[in-house]
Amino acid sequence: MTKALDIRGLHAWYGESHILHDLNLSVEQGEVVTLLGRNGAGRTTTLRAIMGLTGRRSGSIRIHGVESIALPTHRIAHLGVGYCPEERAIFSSLSAEENLLLPPVLTDGGMSVDEIYQMFPNLEERRHSQGTRLSGGEQQMLAVARILRTGARLLLLDEISEGLAPVIVQALARMIMTLKARGYTIVMVEQNFRFAAPLADRFYVIEHGQVVEQFASPELDAKMPVLNELLGV
Amino acid sequence: MEIFGIPLSALLGQLLLGLVNGSFYAMLSLGLAVIFGLLNVINFAHGALYMMGAFLAWMGLQYFGISYWLMLLVAPLLVAVFGIVIEKTMLRWLYQLDHLYGLLLTFGITLIIEGVFRSFYGVSGQPFSVPEQLAGATDLGFMILPNYRAWVVAASLSVCLATWFVIEKTRLGAYLRAGTENPKMVEAFGINVPLMVTLTYGFGVALAGFAGVLAAPVLQVSPLMGSNLIVTIFAVVVIGGMGSILGSIVTGLALGVIEGLTRVFYPELSSTVVFIIMAIVLLFRPAGLFGREK
Repeated sequence: MTKALDIRGLHAWYGESHILHDLNLSVEQGEVVTLLGRNGAGRTTTLRAIMGLTGRRSGSIRIHGVESIALPTHRIAHLGVGYCPEERAIFSSLSAEENLLLPPVLTDGGMSVDEIYQMFPNLEERRHSQGTRLSGGEQQMLAVARILRTGARLLLLDEISEGLAPVIVQALARMIMTLKARGYTIVMVEQNFRFAAPLADRFYVIEHGQVVEQFASPELDAKMPVLNELLGV
Repeated sequence: MEIFGIPLSALLGQLLLGLVNGSFYAMLSLGLAVIFGLLNVINFAHGALYMMGAFLAWMGLQYFGISYWLMLLVAPLLVAVFGIVIEKTMLRWLYQLDHLYGLLLTFGITLIIEGVFRSFYGVSGQPFSVPEQLAGATDLGFMILPNYRAWVVAASLSVCLATWFVIEKTRLGAYLRAGTENPKMVEAFGINVPLMVTLTYGFGVALAGFAGVLAAPVLQVSPLMGSNLIVTIFAVVVIGGMGSILGSIVTGLALGVIEGLTRVFYPELSSTVVFIIMAIVLLFRPAGLFGREK
């Protein structure tokens, strides 16, 4: 079966700064993979590079089997990728519902608005509010919810649990489980190790723009000493 | 009947003239606002493209016998195509830079366009008569309403309101508003933002071209007609707030009317009043009446 995501020898730059150095990473269909690492290690840049949102990139990024390294960002999205950035990027000139309906449907099979409102009842209550007037947690739900409508099967989620109340973090964890059960492929960047640990099938540790360690979830306990050293968790 | 010693008919006449001018202000500043919002470019060439619209209408009639009505459609389209070429070949490279570079480039383009028209047609105006369907005036009882002027106000208001509706109330408009805030994110959702930017510039300058055709029978068609207007338009944009859609429409019309009324009560001030208002607005609301502070 073709991999959902297959990155080979990826280099990426912001202007003159060379951020990613020969990064290799692959994700099977339906897998949940977490990228661990310290701040500034290059995890967010990895997600942005997949979307073509960095400066220059070289190497190979295959999404559902299609080479995307030379494609502009809007064409990459059409390969079935949904991206939720760390800063959430809720639009203040749009209402909550307009934010939800903004991303165009890429392929069939996305969730309906009703399903999304069932999953996040708060969003339905506040659908007429200005997007940025929602609470931090609601904005985070909205940022994830809006890419579930599009039919994207590969989701890139950057720090979705960051700075949120425990109840909301739990709701997001349940959402990831639901999505996983439905066969979505998910790549998460997470600082919150306790949030990510029970959800992920595999982990990559990124340091200085390279993958320095990778393991599957059954090996997690055995890897804890190494992780403690690498991440200081 | 008189108000403050001014005959009512004269007052209403100036009010109408103010509305006509206000319609041009509104359409031009609307185009500038739409372009600035998405492209981050202060399009100094707007006045020259307005002049181009008027000249295209005149040339169409003069050389090819094409009617005013057809040119009302064709001239804005030609101006849009011209704008799209400018955007694709030149403006595109400046989006990441300071506003100043876009302003300089479009200022240069303005000089070139005006220079070309001046070298062919000189600076004196070309006559353009009102289309026969709209010639004459209607007696409303309390005033004589010139038909063409009424048409100018109605046509530009309709175009402005349609633009406002599309931007504020439709899905396409939501892409545009979102793109104004965070173009990279909109592109990451799979929307072809570079194409949207090109078409937006085309649409913005088409509005200028449309205003030019409307203006042709009212004002003289001259290579300098754009320069005469553009400074006032920029004042309107500053007063309304850069990038605000509704703000530019309302401010454009209101300032036209204020200018018209000033011409009745204190004519010496009529060409300055807009700039006095601009200074006052800048003192109290630096982001403009409808703008949001960044």
